[in-house]
Amino acid sequence: MTLRDFANSPKTRRHSGRVLVASTFAIIAAFAVLTAADSARDPGSSYRPSVPVRELPEIKGTEIAQLTQAPAVPAPIDRDYATRVIVELETTETVQRLADGVDYTMWTFGGKVPGNFIRVREGDLVEFHLTNSVTSGVPHNIDLHAVSGPGGGAEVTLTLPGGGSEFTFRALNPGLYVYHCAVSPVPMHIANGMYGMILVEPKEGLPAVDNEFYIMQSEFYAKPGKKGEPHTLDFERGVNEQPTHVVFNGSMGALTGDNAPIVNAGESVRLFVGNAGPNLSSSFHVIGEVFDHVYGEGGSDVTQRNVQTTMIPAGGAAIVEFRAETPSNLVLVDHAIFRAFNKGALGMIKVVGDKNHDVFQPIKGLGVAGH
Amino acid sequence: MQTFTLILRNVASAAVALTLVSAAAPRAAAAPLADGATASVVEDIAGRSTELVPLDPPIKGKMVRLPAGELRSLYGSTTDSTANRVRVESFRLDVDAVTRGEFVDFVRAHPEWRRSRVRGVHADRMTYLRDWRNDLEAGGAMDAPVIWVSWSAARAYCKAQDKRLPTVAEWEYAAAASANRRDATRDAAFIQDLMEVYARRGLPLRPVPEKNAWGVRGLHELVWEWVEDFNSVLVSDDSRGVGARDFGQVCASAAIGAADASNYPAFLRFAVRAGLEGRTSMGSLGFRCAI
Repeated sequence: MTLRDFANSPKTRRHSGRVLVASTFAIIAAFAVLTAADSARDPGSSYRPSVPVRELPEIKGTEIAQLTQAPAVPAPIDRDYATRVIVELETTETVQRLADGVDYTMWTFGGKVPGNFIRVREGDLVEFHLTNSVTSGVPHNIDLHAVSGPGGGAEVTLTLPGGGSEFTFRALNPGLYVYHCAVSPVPMHIANGMYGMILVEPKEGLPAVDNEFYIMQSEFYAKPGKKGEPHTLDFERGVNEQPTHVVFNGSMGALTGDNAPIVNAGESVRLFVGNAGPNLSSSFHVIGEVFDHVYGEGGSDVTQRNVQTTMIPAGGAAIVEFRAETPSNLVLVDHAIFRAFNKGALGMIKVVGDKNHDVFQPIKGLGVAGH
Repeated sequence: MQTFTLILRNVASAAVALTLVSAAAPRAAAAPLADGATASVVEDIAGRSTELVPLDPPIKGKMVRLPAGELRSLYGSTTDSTANRVRVESFRLDVDAVTRGEFVDFVRAHPEWRRSRVRGVHADRMTYLRDWRNDLEAGGAMDAPVIWVSWSAARAYCKAQDKRLPTVAEWEYAAAASANRRDATRDAAFIQDLMEVYARRGLPLRPVPEKNAWGVRGLHELVWEWVEDFNSVLVSDDSRGVGARDFGQVCASAAIGAADASNYPAFLRFAVRAGLEGRTSMGSLGFRCAI
């Protein structure tokens, strides 16, 4: 195996040449990126960039965003220009399985928890259409953490059942961002499942990988309904931050068994990991792998290499990358381990293919064939 | 004595939520009166002129009279428990929400409120009575609350019954009661029950619930309900710095200045009212009348 630090080198970034021919601002931005990377390697150096003025590239054409449901991620953007991206998202209220024997009255973006994954490019003008299903009982809105503007969009998107709201925003800052409903009382909307993620891909693109997945952790505070009706939010548990369930992708088992993604041994994997909370931070860890790269807090740069566990705050995200060297069932956990063992914070990625004995080889033990 | 400011705005972007502080009413008036009881004088909560209520013909439909009492606004002082109070005078309220069957009778007698004839200024014609088969045939159960009605239509209905819509203060005062307590806003089990009810607002209706301690039925369990001043904010003077525009709006800022941040059901009602306009119709929004 070789050391993989391709992402940190500007030489291997796609379209890197375009940065140099762009405006003064772009050169400054590129310089800042390089300086940041250098600073990370040399803790003794000073890194005190001025706050950038974001360039607003010309908008060419229009396209409709192709949204996905977890764990799928929309295809990488191969445009080298900014466009008007139309995003259409509907809020719904449905009863869905949270765990075996536990149905929960979930409020969603796009019909599932977590909500649809949105992928746009840095500089894009996003035309956002939020609708609230006519079957909903309460109003909803959306606060996208990628938005620079009032309430992240929430202040202009209060949408009654059967209604719709629209606004536009510029995707100024590249990175991975959480979005959520922000109608009062906000904790109830988030605790009921109203969150998802939007990736603002850097204009030079992300390095190519073999697999990308969308993972979102959240916790539920489930109280059984009266007379066997579906569970709803337990207010006291929520206030006390004592969840009944901590899950990846909206339910126990959403990423295990037949639902576990499959990758081939030797392939690279990028996980877009979000944490909706509403209360807990996540000690995100993959059993059986080391993160070659972590884009800390979902920012646009690799901030650390060779990481075992990365902290993801509530309302935050991280991008992690690794190469699945040899076949195994990689287990995704919140390493605050009671959550994994008892409350559901377990996922799996199945790595199939030929064993790589140069990387891992059992010799003697109960688990070794022929013992 | 705390003073209050009533802010009325044309475009609904905020509303009021109140919690009952105490029913500081004379003992004699504390018990709900029998159905059909009459009174000669009703004082309007907003301080408008006292008006005579006709004693004859008798009041239409089942109503109960609630005694005067006090509410504490949801927003206001977080430290002075005696602040943020607003007085609610005695008033009468329909026991049940207006039903589809009753609204059918109304539009028969008042053709201008039929689906095909209603004016756009009074109702969104795309959604008004959208679950009806035609002008005079409602879909669904006749004894279920009428839904898909605008504020203007609800007002017209009440006026036709010689009634009016309740104010938000009156509505919240009546709705603060659980089945056995007139002020249940500090009752954690009651609040939890309402959260469960509201979380399923968009799902099929449950059976008609029991009457609350005032003798009123289904304020929470069936549909949201129109109030006369849905587009107003009732705030105490000392919370003006928050800005009325912020109330019931978005995100955690809605908790700024909240006297009781635990009353999630009240916040939900806030949010619903904040999204309403007079023309709005919704499948989970009905009304009842008051005098």
